[in-house]
Amino acid sequence: MLRYALKRLISLLISLAVASVVIFAVIEVAPGDPASFMLGVNAQEDTLAALRAELGLDVSKAQRYFNWVGGMLVGDFGTSYTYRTPVSQMIADRLWVSLPLALYALTLSTLIAFPAGIYAAARRGKPGDLTVMGATQLGIAVPNFWFAMMLVLIFAINLRWFNAGGFAGWDQGLWTGLHSLTLPAIALALPQAAILARVMRSSLLDILGEDFMRTARAKGLSRRQALWRHGVRNALIPVLTIIGLQFSFLLAGSIIIEQVFYLPGLGRLVFQAISARDLIVVESVVMLLVFAVITVNFLVDLAYAAVDPRLRSRT
Amino acid sequence: MSLLQIENLSLSIHGADILKKVSLSINPGQIVAVTGESGSGKSMTALAVMKLLPSGAQAQGAIRLEGQDLLTRPEAKMCALRGAAIGMVFQEPMTALNPVKTIGDQVMETILIHKAMPPPQALARAQEVLTRVGLPPDRFPLSRYPHELSGGQRQRVVIAMAIALRPKLLIADEPTTALDVTTQAQILDLLKGLVREYGMGLLMITHDLAVVADMADQIAVMRRGEVVESGATAHLLRNMRHPYTRMLFEASGHQVSLPDAADPRPLLEVTQVTRDYRLPRKGLFGTPGHHRAVDGVSFTLNRGERLGLVGESGCGKSTLTRAILGLKEVQSGEIRLDGQPVFSGHRPNPAVRRKMQVVFQDPYGSFNPRHRVARLITEPFHLLDTPPTGSERQDRIAEMLTAVGLSPDDAGKYIHEFSGGQRQRIAIARALIIRPELILFDEAVSALDVSVRAQILDLLAELCAAYDLTYLFISHDLSVVRTITDRVMVMQAGRIVEQGETEQVFSDPQHPYTRTLIEAAPVLPEIGTHVA
Repeated sequence: MLRYALKRLISLLISLAVASVVIFAVIEVAPGDPASFMLGVNAQEDTLAALRAELGLDVSKAQRYFNWVGGMLVGDFGTSYTYRTPVSQMIADRLWVSLPLALYALTLSTLIAFPAGIYAAARRGKPGDLTVMGATQLGIAVPNFWFAMMLVLIFAINLRWFNAGGFAGWDQGLWTGLHSLTLPAIALALPQAAILARVMRSSLLDILGEDFMRTARAKGLSRRQALWRHGVRNALIPVLTIIGLQFSFLLAGSIIIEQVFYLPGLGRLVFQAISARDLIVVESVVMLLVFAVITVNFLVDLAYAAVDPRLRSRT
Repeated sequence: MSLLQIENLSLSIHGADILKKVSLSINPGQIVAVTGESGSGKSMTALAVMKLLPSGAQAQGAIRLEGQDLLTRPEAKMCALRGAAIGMVFQEPMTALNPVKTIGDQVMETILIHKAMPPPQALARAQEVLTRVGLPPDRFPLSRYPHELSGGQRQRVVIAMAIALRPKLLIADEPTTALDVTTQAQILDLLKGLVREYGMGLLMITHDLAVVADMADQIAVMRRGEVVESGATAHLLRNMRHPYTRMLFEASGHQVSLPDAADPRPLLEVTQVTRDYRLPRKGLFGTPGHHRAVDGVSFTLNRGERLGLVGESGCGKSTLTRAILGLKEVQSGEIRLDGQPVFSGHRPNPAVRRKMQVVFQDPYGSFNPRHRVARLITEPFHLLDTPPTGSERQDRIAEMLTAVGLSPDDAGKYIHEFSGGQRQRIAIARALIIRPELILFDEAVSALDVSVRAQILDLLAELCAAYDLTYLFISHDLSVVRTITDRVMVMQAGRIVEQGETEQVFSDPQHPYTRTLIEAAPVLPEIGTHVA
């Protein structure tokens, strides 16, 4: 198990190093000089040169890459070209919204999807299964911003249980913070839950057809006991993969939902930074997201091994 | 009163009749074998007793266990019976165990689910039954997972689960079909011992008549959902009444006569071939170990000769086959066909490759279901520099389909329109169409029913006469190899331990391993003299 984890860890570090080079290269070759963009078309050549020096753009590309990576390792992400504030501070503020939102949505999605998927699989072809499948079809087809608007209409405007948008901040207390993230989390979770429930159902149906399920029934387990004791854990592997992918998506892909609920999240930050040619912010956020995705994959790999003993010994 | 009494059991699944008025009975301590070809309904009979039938199944008649009717018994009460009063062992030990639970947990589950005893005693019982089936906990700890055990060991775990609560009735559905002969002999011995020791009734489902004759007190022969003949084993073997029973026994021991081989001129020369596989590293910085799959193998296959290769799973048969086909490079040694090396440098030699073809075991998995037969059997044409086209191609297709006993009209059909035996004929047509110098048959008749197998063996003998075939016939089935080859090689742990004239090797084996194999293989009783 330890060797398996170590191997995964080494592959994680290599992926990170490769990703950092790729991100740096892609963003550097993109046209547009941040200094001239910031100062406008009429800027003097010597002012531009001074700004480039200040932004650290006047050294060689390799030097700039190492400055960037070296800075990130000690938590220094550089200074935003447009806002003139430390990027690390900007990201940290946004991360305190986006990360809890992603985790909240993922928890909701899992809590909805697991029972729904298992219920549908256990009643394959019966009305209960068809209902769940119909609902998930709808959940996948309808875009999440539409859910978001409906939630606002019902729970914020009509029932007045929640605020229609904005984030109160964690300094108001955990409950207040969670309260203002609830509607966006539900809007994000519903389509994800629909996908996850379908994966859970089909994975479990595959497992229900396995020989060892019949063995379990021959031992005297009821259908339900066999499903829970032998089916669910075996069905988890594909489900874990999807959960990992969904977390990565939720962390950065919630830009529309952030816009609908007026949340100061990472998605909006990236959007603004790209519009403003604030390359250092874009680079840093992208790198952070890559880091998150690779780390989540690492955790998913460890979860595989925890679920399936065959992976532990194969290494 | 019999232990199990099946009376006029009829079964339909979604309206299709599966069983028709099946009757049989088992007494305590008795072994009853149900035999027949695939689709005869023997497994469904077993599943009906367990009431583990597929959805949509409708059963009529009566199944009584110690006088109590099971068909009318509600599901909750059936759960209480399964595992406790009736145990069941399945065919496929590789998939019959849950891969994510330890063997100890899985054996204990049988005991705990029936609340038969508290957990500490259940643990002791699990250890006891695992020891009884030959897996003592000091060598096979209860914390082992199924993937850490071999096929035979897994089947022992399945048996331990089935007998943990000493059921009165044990049902074994093809319990040894997936196992090697020596393992099969051990498992059959174990089952016989358990029946004697516990006084259980054993309902054994098997297609292997040699196993039936060896094990059973009573035999029921099934065909298309009906019991066509049943009775005490010795009596039934002496006086077979139903033609189907006779046909089954004759097909099982089917003999073919091969035409004489031509003058020995070497075709395939294998010299000191060795192939290693790397094992995973022991430590993070340890050097990886090696497993020698093929170890210094040398042999010559002459033109027109039919050579057999036998051995148990993992002995290196498949690796050797792949090396000969040029699919796997070897570390040392040389393989030459017609004087040319199979590998030129690190690439397969196309000039040699087009002189060889192979027929695989699985007639279902070895065809692309989206292509028509004409395209499937002409696949080897891509090996030729100038493949035949137009009418010449049509003629070749027609000739080959006729040669393997099909009709030229079959060229336009898809593979799903054919039975397993017909598919194997198409596989042979595909191998023959470029007139290869050498054909490899890799367990080519192992998946077939005995009657179909007999037909395919006849076909091979005919083709030998018509096309002067040279082949290497790889199989674990000794009786088939005995009739279809001139010479045989016995492989064990990567080495050829014995080779010689087939009849000579079988009647007077020299190597102890060959003797073990031949002794372990169940023998079909001599019935020919008694058949009217």
